[in-house]
Amino acid sequence: MLAEARRGRLRPVSVELIGAACALSEEGAGPVTVALIGADAETHAAAVDVVGVEHVLVVPTPQPAFEAHVMQTAVAALIERRAPSLVLAGHTIDSLGFAPALAACGGHGFASDVTAIHWGEHGAVVQRGAYGDRLIAELDFPGRQTVVLLLRPGAFALAATDRASPGATVERIELDLAGCARTEHVELRDPPTGDVDIAKADFVLALGRGVGTAEQLERLERVADAIGATVAVSGPLVEAGWAERSRKVGQSGNTVAPRVYLAFGISGAAQHVAGMSRSRMIIAVNSDPGARIFDVAHYGAVADLFVIAAELERSFA
Amino acid sequence: MKILVPVKQVASLDGDFTLADDGGLREGEPTWRLNEWDEFSLEAAVQLSEAADGEVVVVSVGPERVEEALRACLARGADRAIRVWGEGLAGAADPLSLASVLAAVARAEAPALILCGAQSADAAHAATGVALAGLLDLPRVAVVSAIERDGRHLTVQRELEGGAVEVLRIAPPCLLTVQTGINRPRQPTLRAIRQARMKPVAVAGPAELALEPAVVLAGAGSRTVGLRERPRSAGAKLLEGAPADVAARITEIVKESLAR
Ligand SMILES: Cc1cc2nc3c(=O)[nH]c(=O)nc-3n(C[C@H](O)[C@H](O)[C@H](O)COP(=O)(O)OP(=O)(O)OC[C@H]3O[C@@H](n4cnc5c(N)ncnc54)[C@H](O)[C@@H]3O)c2cc1C
Ligand SMILES: Nc1ncnc2c1ncn2[C@@H]1O[C@H](COP(=O)(O)O)[C@@H](O)[C@H]1O
Repeated sequence: MLAEARRGRLRPVSVELIGAACALSEEGAGPVTVALIGADAETHAAAVDVVGVEHVLVVPTPQPAFEAHVMQTAVAALIERRAPSLVLAGHTIDSLGFAPALAACGGHGFASDVTAIHWGEHGAVVQRGAYGDRLIAELDFPGRQTVVLLLRPGAFALAATDRASPGATVERIELDLAGCARTEHVELRDPPTGDVDIAKADFVLALGRGVGTAEQLERLERVADAIGATVAVSGPLVEAGWAERSRKVGQSGNTVAPRVYLAFGISGAAQHVAGMSRSRMIIAVNSDPGARIFDVAHYGAVADLFVIAAELERSFA
Repeated sequence: MKILVPVKQVASLDGDFTLADDGGLREGEPTWRLNEWDEFSLEAAVQLSEAADGEVVVVSVGPERVEEALRACLARGADRAIRVWGEGLAGAADPLSLASVLAAVARAEAPALILCGAQSADAAHAATGVALAGLLDLPRVAVVSAIERDGRHLTVQRELEGGAVEVLRIAPPCLLTVQTGINRPRQPTLRAIRQARMKPVAVAGPAELALEPAVVLAGAGSRTVGLRERPRSAGAKLLEGAPADVAARITEIVKESLAR
């Protein structure tokens, strides 16, 4: 299991990965080893030493910033030494930069954006979305000694980090990673701060591509004003230049958990849901009864968003 | 500068569909369109090529229907299109086997830059490009939200979680996977669409590319055991009735939730 850190912090997905690894271990997949790869790897060793983890490997890297080719070389070397049956990592931007190449070059089994894993007689059987998450595909990996799986953030239960471990062995592994980098890190830039902090809002009206045009978005912004909601948007509206980056909700935007999240014209892609699924009350309006947003919403209406918005303005008055 | 742009024609299941007993789709054939991410990678390629007097070659692995997607790319500025298909390639659907097919094309074309989409809208592996870079031993960056030429190098941005970006430099030959929003893809003019009909779409089979279909399929990273419907149990409680009634219920729920 590959833990992920950025800016000196263990990323939350790492705790989910440990949870998934421990659950698989209980199903008979074997002992759990957590690999910490990075210049500051050592500092996270205690945090990943939780119940169910048997070994912690600390692998220092020459550069402080994540570098995809260095990571690929390091993980390939660990696979060679340890011959794990499963390598778990998050379906994250960092992993997407090295894991597919690792699997392709090593001849390993591979699946990304995995939402469930079971350990059966013939090894791992996993689930992932198909046809834009409308269906679930089940995959297996016949004949593979090592299978690399990227797990969807938020889809797996967290490991119980509050329980102290009986004590995993911690081993430092020095690999020769000098000269492996093939990109040059320039800088890490923080997201620009905008006019609002949508994460602070209690009542969010989130608008998606279903609004159709910039003019119609403006109309809905007036409805938001009228009902006292803060406007948030899905990614495509920012990309079209209709809304500020600071209004974006999702994996590459803000994570929000307001008291009420109204989702209008949003399909519910995994990367959007990652930023709003912990909202306390989610109400979705979408004209497509099969939209995935209805899976995470508490209440839903299969309807035209403009018609409902006009009526809402009236019923709030 | 020669730029190779692998593009995918993606399926969308907008209408009704049901699953057949064999796990395939029965009703409501999917509709097909050019992958959204590939519109952005193509536009990025065309812009770089226009600035450097280059050539943009689009390639897609798929049956005859994908020619439509390739023609759409030609209308948006690609110079040449290749469709790869043939006996034995129908099963090449996972990112690792697709990457091995695309690697054969890349070896033949020897581009300075390969621009893939960051992901495909239907399968969402987000993996084919980086797997391809691995097989070709090319440096790469995934999920790129800006590209700038900088002498012999490219300065690119990688879009991270939470809206932060990493700025990094990479030297061609290399591969980037492109995120949506990196540019504003042009809409083809009628004239361009007409001209696209005249441009060649080459078809290459396993023999032309010296590919052994059995080897391609054996390189797949996984095997699909079946397709299933998603469980609906956890879904939303549906509000039904006239729009005014639905809105009244929403208003009630909102006010209650805010008061809590
Ligand atoms: C690495 C990565 C990071 C990403 N990060 C983010 C992120 O942070 N945030 C984000 O949002 N996305 C992100 N995305 C994009 C994400 O995958 C989706 O493409 C995006 O969320 C889709 O936005 P949408 O739901 O508004 O649009 P669509 O998927 O196009 O959905 C529009 C919806 O509107 C409905 N609709 C249309 N007309 C009406 C009407 N009149 N009334 C009611 N409903 C209507 C349709 O039925 C449809 O469901 C990311 C993608 C990648 C690969
Ligand atoms: N059949 C295909 N033919 C050509 N390129 C493809 C194909 N499938 C995927 N790709 C490329 O890989 C990218 C990512 O797809 P995926 O890994 O399926 O999410 C796409 O945006 C394309 O650039």
